[in-house]
Amino acid sequence: MNKTVLDLWVGLFVIAGIAALLFLALKVGSMSAVNTSDSYEVVARFENIGGLKPRAPVKSAGVVVGRVADIRFDNETYEAAVTLRVDKRYAFPKDTIAAIMTSGLLGEQYIGLEAGGDSAKLKDKDRVLITQDAVVLENLIGHFLYGKAQEGAPQ
Amino acid sequence: MLKRSIENLGNRTIQGVWRIGFATRFFLAMLLHSGTAFRRFGLTIREMYFTGVLSLIIILVSGLFVGMVLGLQGYETLQTYGSEEALGVLVALSLVRELGPVVAALLFASRAGSAITAEIGLMKATEQLSAMEMMAVDPIARVVAPRFWAGVISMPLLAALFSAMGIFGGYLVGVQLIGVDEGSFWSQMQSAVDFEQDILNGVIKSVVFGVAITTIALFEGYDAPPTAEGVSGATTRTVVTSSLAVLALDFVLTAFMFRGIN
Repeated sequence: MNKTVLDLWVGLFVIAGIAALLFLALKVGSMSAVNTSDSYEVVARFENIGGLKPRAPVKSAGVVVGRVADIRFDNETYEAAVTLRVDKRYAFPKDTIAAIMTSGLLGEQYIGLEAGGDSAKLKDKDRVLITQDAVVLENLIGHFLYGKAQEGAPQ
Repeated sequence: MLKRSIENLGNRTIQGVWRIGFATRFFLAMLLHSGTAFRRFGLTIREMYFTGVLSLIIILVSGLFVGMVLGLQGYETLQTYGSEEALGVLVALSLVRELGPVVAALLFASRAGSAITAEIGLMKATEQLSAMEMMAVDPIARVVAPRFWAGVISMPLLAALFSAMGIFGGYLVGVQLIGVDEGSFWSQMQSAVDFEQDILNGVIKSVVFGVAITTIALFEGYDAPPTAEGVSGATTRTVVTSSLAVLALDFVLTAFMFRGIN
């Protein structure tokens, strides 16, 4: 079998195609398969998670430190059990607060971790004890109207 | 008159079923004789030149322009909500998930699929296929299988090039021309596009489209009546059938792949 000019062109084509795939994998997407290996999981329980979705970011001080791995409903406590997958490079104290927050007024929801003062760190499969639920806009408006009505009532 | 039309309808239905059966047998024979396509890989490389390399220009240029249009139109809509930084996400997700595989497949069907059908149809019309059989060379192994594998290998590479080129086009218009912040363009894109869910599913889609298009093109060529009219009709049918097949398959695959996400 002889080498021909065709082989050169086809070789260039294949290399360009694989380069495009690599570009898509590395520059456009984040390789989720890579960072799952060096991370640990903690569970946080919320009474209301609002619009939180799997794969939402977990941030601390505004920096993304992990992702939401799984959201389940616990039928015994009637709470939402949210599994957070946090990068191994970041360790958080045991009394860290997990709060559901919204980026911007209409943006996506994420979990904010606020570090506490405990010297013991969270380990794999630990539970975040202090949580803060998502703010539900309807409840907020309800409270506001209720407060207004109280103000205006005759003493 | 009425009897005649009913007879025609029945005849067409039976012919259709007949063709589907023949197409299935043809597909299986092609897979069975694929050994030659890999043992004599030179044959497959030659076909990859004709189906893949020669489709490059149309794929790259269309990808660039599709990405540029996405950048322009996406910006127009996003800026009314004050979230033009999400332009990268919009361009990348729509290209990687849908437009890349589908538009590249449609172009591939009209650029390479029609050429395959015309070539094989003419080989049959000029009795080259029968001549091969006379020489105890199986035309399915020697002619059809290398073209099939060349198409199946080329299609995902072309779709990836289309998506990459489109994202580059979106970047050119969005960042360089309009002035969206470059850092948030890329970083929002990276945090929203997932390798497994988005990119890998796009690659799977394009492989499926490659199999569908080349199978239809090869079968139409192989089944074409050995006349000038027959070959031209078969070429038209290839483009129409494979385009419709791509769009229908895309719907089915999307329903399977992206049901769980958002």
